[in-house]
Amino acid sequence: MTTTITKAELAATLYEEVGLNKREAKEFIELFFEKIRVALEDGQSVKLSGFGGFSIRDKSQRPGRNPKTGVEVAVSARRVVTFKASQKLKDDVAENVDVISGSLSNRSEASA
Amino acid sequence: MNTVTKSELIEALAAEQLHLAQRDVEYSVNAVLEKMGEALITGRRIEIRGFGSISLRYRGSRVGRNPKTGDAVTVPEKYVPHFKPGRTLRERVNQLDDNQPSESSAEN
Repeated sequence: MTTTITKAELAATLYEEVGLNKREAKEFIELFFEKIRVALEDGQSVKLSGFGGFSIRDKSQRPGRNPKTGVEVAVSARRVVTFKASQKLKDDVAENVDVISGSLSNRSEASA
Repeated sequence: MNTVTKSELIEALAAEQLHLAQRDVEYSVNAVLEKMGEALITGRRIEIRGFGSISLRYRGSRVGRNPKTGDAVTVPEKYVPHFKPGRTLRERVNQLDDNQPSESSAEN
């Protein structure tokens, strides 16, 4: 099991657990994320109960700085996506602090 | 602001994936979300090209307050999921003001 889960592993889940064929599974995963992108692009929020919600936030222009040169430049007004994990996901993650710490520290030892 | 719910997402996917039974679309969406949640709970990160990544950020323990009573309580250390939008999503969401007359804002 690798540290990062990607579209390939999500597709494998649909193949193994739902019984879609490999092509269907791959296409489904692509379409799943595309539908969410389209909704967000359209200015809509996407709420996935038990997991979390993606929403859009309009940011006004603000002063910023080039971190390398220190020169002041304005950060232009922009529209950004934010994610808020559901209370259930937050609780599940928070409760597993020991498991996560263990898995993260094993990983850094392994990569060291 | 209008919100797309999980069941609406399932309907939209089923409407396009006509070769799949609605039930399989529903199983699939739930399986994907469960798999992603499980990944985070076991300390893995999620990376979806063109969409974004969700990783875990550490929050050390701190002394907080019960907002009702004002009592000091220790909030234990924990991890919290954090989403970073991918380049494609960032650009597609932000293109509205630059390139198109903002149609969606006229709807509100």
